[in-house]
Amino acid sequence: MRYSAFKILREGLTGNKGWTPVWRDPDPKPEYDIVIIGGGGHGLATAYYLAKEFGLRNIAVLEKGWIGSGNVGRNTTIIRSNYMLPGNEPFYEMSLKLWEGLEQDFNYNAMVSQRSILNLFHSDAQRDAFVRRANAMFLAGADAELADADQLRAELPFLDFDNARFPIKGGLFQRRGGTVRHDAVAWGYARGAGSRGVDIIQNCEVTGFDIENGKCRGVETTRGAIRARKVAVCVAGSSGRVMALAGMRLPIESHVLQAFVTEGLKPVLPGVITFGAGHFYVSQSDKGGLVFGGDIDGYNSYAQRGNLPVVEDVAEGGMAIMPMIGRARLLRSWGGIMDMSMDGSPFIDRTHIDGLYFNGGWCYGGFKATPASGLCYAHLLAKDAPHPVATEMRLDRFARGHLIDEKGMGNQPNLH
Amino acid sequence: MIINHPLLGPRDAAEFVYLGDAALIDRPDWQAAEAAEAFHAYGYLRDNPAGAHQELWYHEQGDRSWLVVTRDTVSHEITQVELARDVARARGRSR
Repeated sequence: MRYSAFKILREGLTGNKGWTPVWRDPDPKPEYDIVIIGGGGHGLATAYYLAKEFGLRNIAVLEKGWIGSGNVGRNTTIIRSNYMLPGNEPFYEMSLKLWEGLEQDFNYNAMVSQRSILNLFHSDAQRDAFVRRANAMFLAGADAELADADQLRAELPFLDFDNARFPIKGGLFQRRGGTVRHDAVAWGYARGAGSRGVDIIQNCEVTGFDIENGKCRGVETTRGAIRARKVAVCVAGSSGRVMALAGMRLPIESHVLQAFVTEGLKPVLPGVITFGAGHFYVSQSDKGGLVFGGDIDGYNSYAQRGNLPVVEDVAEGGMAIMPMIGRARLLRSWGGIMDMSMDGSPFIDRTHIDGLYFNGGWCYGGFKATPASGLCYAHLLAKDAPHPVATEMRLDRFARGHLIDEKGMGNQPNLH
Repeated sequence: MIINHPLLGPRDAAEFVYLGDAALIDRPDWQAAEAAEAFHAYGYLRDNPAGAHQELWYHEQGDRSWLVVTRDTVSHEITQVELARDVARARGRSR
């Protein structure tokens, strides 16, 4: 079924009886060409692009809970491509371009809103670093715009420009950045994949791999064994747990990241704003709530909830740039589990086990990467060669000394 | 979280800095034949378990001691806290 304004009008006049389920709910078959483990944004996007771009249909997506129950439903919904390093920036810029055409592509309203993202800077040195970053963005075909304090005062008068400790000296805009309705991304990809013949199998937990003589021939699940020519792991947050079933240790630690939303307010924030002297980012949802977050809690965790010191730290970051946030009441906070990699950058790669592929290590930047991650992973699975923009996202890059370390922090996952 | 420091008693985890898996105590032998592989695993690969995890915490806002904390990564429950010095000596590290 194709969605359109006409369809809504017709269904509205005929009692809304013509709508059908958005995706099928099939039982698992005993064998598939490709089994994707993880029905989150990236897993569903991978299935969608495999079916749409590479014509592969005999695919199953296995999800332990319900689709979109992990980080695609827990993030702060920001999209942007303001990275710097050549291993990352072309990938994220491709992702942003895919976001721009996504709703027409999969015929689903994902509420993609390019309302801009602004990274504030607070010192001359930080401005210089942002100018360098902007130039790196231009090289990859992205947009960037440096704004001084006067321009920001006119555009965003509520910011605390004269903060005694961290005065705001200006900011780096990416006007094409913005926010997306995150659940709709999972649903849209599920619908697009499902309608092309992909089996989306929920409540199906993978409990083991069928590996023989260095070749992966399928998975064991709570709904029986499923054979596959290729098994694609796509479970960021739980990568350590799942890959341990295949006997692999990863350059990843799992950490908890908290996010927060306030009561609904009248429109106050035109776009996404980030603090340059601490870790704080905020946007306003279409319902009016201020959606914000900050640092990860900083210790290994698989608990989808965090601790209070980080709540306080995030609130302090908010107060430092926009004191009016102190008048808003917090409605909810929650936590999600991040694959924090050793250099802060992700992996889309084969493993040393034939037929077993790995996608993970997205740290807390996985949501914006969803379309490109899906397309690049599908490319790798279909052609057994990496997509040109994802050639550096290899598992062996630490052994080779080719890290993609945007922040220059070294192998300390809780600092990326 | 409250970390029950072996010398100072219960302290708020916010006083500490987290480093990572306590396997970092077991630095490989740099003269061994397979030292490059061993240091890659030491520096970059982690067990990352869901469950009991031994990890290094540094009491930066306190007595500057390194601790080995055994903590459940699913429930955040801390079951054991030792001085890293004692753990390292028991493993034959240091002197």
